[in-house]
Amino acid sequence: MAKGIMYIDGQRVPFDGEKNVLAVIRKAGIDMPTFCYYSELSTFGACRMCVVEDERGKIDASCSMEPRDGMKIRTNTARLLKHRRMILELMLASHCRDCTTCEKSGKCRLQDLALQFGVRRVRFEDTRPHYEKDHSSPAIVRDPNKCILCGDCVRVCEEMQGMGILNFAHRGSDLVVSPAFDRKLSDTNCISCGQCAAACPTGAITVRDEIGKAWRVLYDADKRVVFQIAPAVRVAVGEAFGLEPGVNAIDKLVSALKMMGADEVYDTNFGADLTVMEESAEFLERLKKGGPFPMFTSCCPAWIKYLEKENPKYLKNISTCKSPMEMFAAVLKDQYKAKDAADGRTTFHIAIMPCTAKKMEAKREEFQHDGVPDVDLVLTTQEIITMIKESGIRFDELEGEAPDLPFGMGTGAATIFGTTGGVAEAVARRVVEDKSKNTLQAIQFSGIRGSDVIREVTLPVGDRVLRIAVVHGLVNAKKLLKDIEEGRAYYDLVEVMTCKTGCVGGAGQPYGLIPVKQRRAEGLYEADRAALIKRSERNPIATELLEGALKGRTHELLHVHYKDPRK
Amino acid sequence: MSNELTRASEIIDSYGCQQCNLIAIMQEIQAEYKYLSEDALTLVAEKLGISTAKVYSVATFYENFSLEAKGRHIIKVCAGTACHVRKSQPIYDAIHDYLGLTGKKRTSADGVFTLETVACLGACGLAPVMTIDGEVHAKMTPEAALALLEEIRKEESGK
Repeated sequence: MAKGIMYIDGQRVPFDGEKNVLAVIRKAGIDMPTFCYYSELSTFGACRMCVVEDERGKIDASCSMEPRDGMKIRTNTARLLKHRRMILELMLASHCRDCTTCEKSGKCRLQDLALQFGVRRVRFEDTRPHYEKDHSSPAIVRDPNKCILCGDCVRVCEEMQGMGILNFAHRGSDLVVSPAFDRKLSDTNCISCGQCAAACPTGAITVRDEIGKAWRVLYDADKRVVFQIAPAVRVAVGEAFGLEPGVNAIDKLVSALKMMGADEVYDTNFGADLTVMEESAEFLERLKKGGPFPMFTSCCPAWIKYLEKENPKYLKNISTCKSPMEMFAAVLKDQYKAKDAADGRTTFHIAIMPCTAKKMEAKREEFQHDGVPDVDLVLTTQEIITMIKESGIRFDELEGEAPDLPFGMGTGAATIFGTTGGVAEAVARRVVEDKSKNTLQAIQFSGIRGSDVIREVTLPVGDRVLRIAVVHGLVNAKKLLKDIEEGRAYYDLVEVMTCKTGCVGGAGQPYGLIPVKQRRAEGLYEADRAALIKRSERNPIATELLEGALKGRTHELLHVHYKDPRK
Repeated sequence: MSNELTRASEIIDSYGCQQCNLIAIMQEIQAEYKYLSEDALTLVAEKLGISTAKVYSVATFYENFSLEAKGRHIIKVCAGTACHVRKSQPIYDAIHDYLGLTGKKRTSADGVFTLETVACLGACGLAPVMTIDGEVHAKMTPEAALALLEEIRKEESGK
């Protein structure tokens, strides 16, 4: 790694291993504007906003320059300013400018930079053809008219998720980002992970907005609106209201929802505890029967979609457990039938999720009864933030309130479901025979936690040693599958989360890079440390339910068999 | 895989399924089938282990690749400098109207003709020129061009 001193706008700035001049400039405290630069992806160098001028007056993009010792550059000169303004003006010229009604208004980088650089007029005419919006996906909406061709979505889809659904097509002024053969997203292998929407700097790819539906039912007296809140939501929702990433704001969120008209607010952790118990039982059963191994976790709907579409031979390896969200919903709808009949109201179940793929999961046929989905509506963390803002609630000043009983009860093992390694750790806690504090700590420090994209852990259970793998980022999961297939690796249990860092880094969360997502994960581990009950089998309500009302019906309510869609 | 793609599959194999040969593979498939069908491009993507969107991206980038089935006869009107100043555009326009082409369509509805332009045929002394199925026709006028097409059409309907 290169080391040395650079001179940026006359300041001496040491560098040590930064991958480009842009990173050094930002380290020096200069907020260099970019559209196409996304530090977690490869460098693209398309937008030219990060241009700098060297001592000889040569202009180049700082994202694509390696830092050199003694290098002298300026980041703000008359020429650079003129260039940046011109780039912005040209982008705006061929961009739909319905800013006030745009989903991304206030969060749009094009809008921000146009304001920052004082672009007050656009002299050029928009000559681009009008493109149809693509509403076909259950999770995301594409509007090519708002695309600035930065390619962030293309690289996220290819490099982070290994899917490559989107790419540039055609050339020159006809260039667009689109799926192959200009197909609609629903006709592709898109898994609805939504990371393209999370990376998009403008409103060209957005998460499907279902806020209107939520308000309608909240105002409807005949509807009993019951919420569940996913683990990862609580450590991110506060970010929009001035709280630090990782601060657990579940209590405030419960209060806010009650103020907005929710009848009952529960915790997905309850569903996660059911998942841990069912999944562990299934795993122990497989150990007895001898397979099939590896057993893959089934919490992530995008992962399941991927296997269905591109690798159906592994569907048999997926745990038959429904995801915590769907387990929760199935139990809720089952238990509330009597309640609905008694007071004549209909239960409408809303799940607040960090995830866009959950919108797709909720609409799956497997999770519907008589045409009514168990989860009636999925709102992302961002959507609930918008709703709280619409209500005018001062979230940061709210007094907290605990989730309702009975289904508001969850353990520490359930809370950590929201981060990579959490599901595996929760299952490990359940399957080890020795439940002492030492063992729990041994699991914690076994390497199951962390940020490496593929982590391997061995865990002695009974007379054998379990091999567990934890993987996040679908591209890494694909790599792992290949290793398994070609005999380079063997595992008994594999936890897969499609998004980098797990659900805390889901596409439904507020915008953030990896360090922010890691702080959210820290928040979940902290909630686990503070939890009175750490192991799922100690959740009194869940165990009572499993041994009582659900006895003999767990298969019907809590399990699902995904079928190969091609057969 | 359908029978129609057997040849495409052989072509891909002959290049050892290597990603770096993407363009060469597509050129050869196009030479074989006259165009690149969706099925053929999907097969290329599968066998080379790259995304279909990326293959589509490359195929749409180059003017030379055609994603539409072409007609049985290919007309190329030269749009090079010499032909242009000797009025090749009216010839192109006349053929365009004669074939009833609109928008980006370049193949006539009956599938007989495809109309293209070419940057220079190197036959500037004979300008304006056009080719039909590779045969060069020199010193064209709109009337002469249409007469040639009429003739081919008659032959086609006589078959």
